[in-house]
Amino acid sequence: MTGIAAAEFARQASTEHAQTLSRPSLSYWQDAWIRLQSNRRALVSLFIVISLLILTLLGPVLWSVNPAAQDLDQISVPPGRDRSALVVAEYTPWVIPAGTVAELQLADTATTQSVRLQWAALPGAYGHRVYRNLYPVGPERAYGIPLGEFFDNSTLNFEDRLDLRPGTYYYSVVALAENGRPGTVAETLRVDVRRTTTVNEAVAQGLVGSAADIAVGDSLQVALHPLGTDYLGRDMLARLMEGARVSLFIGIIAPFIYVLMGVVYGAVSGFAGGKVDQVMMRFADFVVALPFLLFMILFKIAFGIGPGESGIFPMLIAMIVLLWPATARLVRGQILQIREQGYVEASKLLGAKSSYLIFRHMLPNTLGVVLVTLTFEIPRAIFTEAFLSFIGMGVAPPTPSWGSMSNEGIKTMLNTPHELIFPALLISITVLAFNLLGDGLRDALDARMRNTE
Amino acid sequence: MLWYIGKRLIQGLITVWFIATATFFAMHNVPGDPLLNERATTPTIRANLEAKYGLDQPVTTQYFIYLKNIVRGDFGISFAQENRQVNDIIREHFPVSAILGVLAVIIAAVGGILWGSLTALYRNRLPDYLIMFLVILGISVPSFVIAAISQLGIVTLNNLAGTTVLPVAGWGTIFHMLVPALVLGLSTMAYLTRLMRSSMLEIVNSDFVRTAKSKGVPPARIFARHQLRNAVLPVITVLGPSIAAITTGGFVVEIVFAIPGLGRFFVEAVQQLDYTVIMGTTVFYGTFLVFMVILVDVIYGFIDPRVRMS
Repeated sequence: MTGIAAAEFARQASTEHAQTLSRPSLSYWQDAWIRLQSNRRALVSLFIVISLLILTLLGPVLWSVNPAAQDLDQISVPPGRDRSALVVAEYTPWVIPAGTVAELQLADTATTQSVRLQWAALPGAYGHRVYRNLYPVGPERAYGIPLGEFFDNSTLNFEDRLDLRPGTYYYSVVALAENGRPGTVAETLRVDVRRTTTVNEAVAQGLVGSAADIAVGDSLQVALHPLGTDYLGRDMLARLMEGARVSLFIGIIAPFIYVLMGVVYGAVSGFAGGKVDQVMMRFADFVVALPFLLFMILFKIAFGIGPGESGIFPMLIAMIVLLWPATARLVRGQILQIREQGYVEASKLLGAKSSYLIFRHMLPNTLGVVLVTLTFEIPRAIFTEAFLSFIGMGVAPPTPSWGSMSNEGIKTMLNTPHELIFPALLISITVLAFNLLGDGLRDALDARMRNTE
Repeated sequence: MLWYIGKRLIQGLITVWFIATATFFAMHNVPGDPLLNERATTPTIRANLEAKYGLDQPVTTQYFIYLKNIVRGDFGISFAQENRQVNDIIREHFPVSAILGVLAVIIAAVGGILWGSLTALYRNRLPDYLIMFLVILGISVPSFVIAAISQLGIVTLNNLAGTTVLPVAGWGTIFHMLVPALVLGLSTMAYLTRLMRSSMLEIVNSDFVRTAKSKGVPPARIFARHQLRNAVLPVITVLGPSIAAITTGGFVVEIVFAIPGLGRFFVEAVQQLDYTVIMGTTVFYGTFLVFMVILVDVIYGFIDPRVRMS
């Protein structure tokens, strides 16, 4: 070894540079939050979810209409309909005017109180039958529903008071043949029916302060229903908000409880391992194998619903009893994986107790997966509630839920689509928002699932 | 493999016993009296009926009578419909549900695999966005709304065509089955499409696909032999639970489309509190589902040897 003297070695100045991190360190949750913020779909969903929760909690304060109150003047009214009503006198029986008329015509103003028709005897008629239709009578002679029949020509007038609503009706008078069957000769009249109310009704409904404020012939505005009314005249907006409380209560509380149960069960099973783990998981397997919807229905009838009960709690309990195993399996799998991780071993070597291991290392590391599961279980629970209420096995009427409202709305879907559209739309939006939020959370929290979509 | 099948079958039998037991005790807990009818029964008739159904025995004895009857395949006589055996009801109405369900599963599986691979191949291009939009719609809209809307669609179609292209409701020909099966399979199809897409995306970037490409294997062959066959595995695993979802989802579709299937019968039986029909149908459906899941698992075991090893 020659040629290199000790003096030729020089100490280099050490720099701090190599040891400083270029970026501040982020915790798991800070990182997840930043990732979530960059996901626009998830953010919009989060916003929707929060507004739904606000609507549920604050809605009944802002729109304090009783969801069970019936407005019999406005049944199945779609939103945005003209609300003006004519004030008329109390109903008095029709004094039929003497004399004849030339053709089918109104004898009086057509109002929701009554429609009074007069006509001349049709050629060759042995009597007449009066029909009413919501649509024009086409070439297929769709006259609508028969209202009255007269088997001679002495009565040439008819008063209709059957469930009249503001709008257009088509009245037809059809000539009857000698055998009493309707012939081909007919006359049709288009009638625009005006909404009316009486002074007493207006006062009783609280539309005006006192009877002195209005007089016959005045026009006033009937009660406002921003989203219309249902088939019993109940306010849709109030019912939707009340239904949101039911649907979201079941949809959020039930998953919360059974996911928590699953976490505890899975964590115990995974941590204990061995025989205990096997027995616990076999039991979970059996519960998973139960056909879920059949047993939901079975449990619901087994718990029974007394008079005046809504059936929310039986449904909640049935869901909790049946749905915990999925989370339990998931958490157990996670715990089994984490148990073998280097940092857990290291912690053990440093003398950590089991409780410290569970609470410091294992549960926090499963939290991300659990949170994602929870967000996916919520739409599932909302769907289950809606499904059961739809087949009549869910909440009992008159308690509104979005599912039971859809069930009622679907029966009159052609004539009054708003009764189906609003609850169905709310279910869809809620489920969609939770699904997208779940996707976003999974991307943000679960490193392995990242960038697959 | 035989050992694996045997193990699964024994597990299945225990599960069926568990289902039967849960059903029995749940139904036993139902408030009310099965023999309380509008027609007043004299104490003698009542005693005879109780003796016939074993209702005068303690619960444990009733339970063993019930188990014995199930083992013999006898679900008893309907309480609500006179002179009808539960077995007859199942025999008559289950085939309808089964045909509908099988059709729905086929539609869901074929559609899911097809759309899923398409979205993965056209990732972040128009077909991908379009299909994924429909998938999200299929997952978010409740089945009863889709059923009602599709019925409306059929009516409009028939009106436009001037003749009956597709029947709106009922049962009988293949045309009666198409739309209900599609509606029934839709949410499963949406779910399978998502699953297929993510598993396909993993495969597309894998080493063996790159190797095949660099060897000059034609793209169609890579797709059929290397990508599809590997990507389809996770889809097959969830097919078992999907069959369960589709079978019970049949309740709504059978009600909306007026199809005389077992699901509709079950809902009616629950409304009438027809004890024997409810219990019989639940146990029957449960058994059916358990063995369907086992069947799918066994098939999966044949395809993927890793399963039966573990």
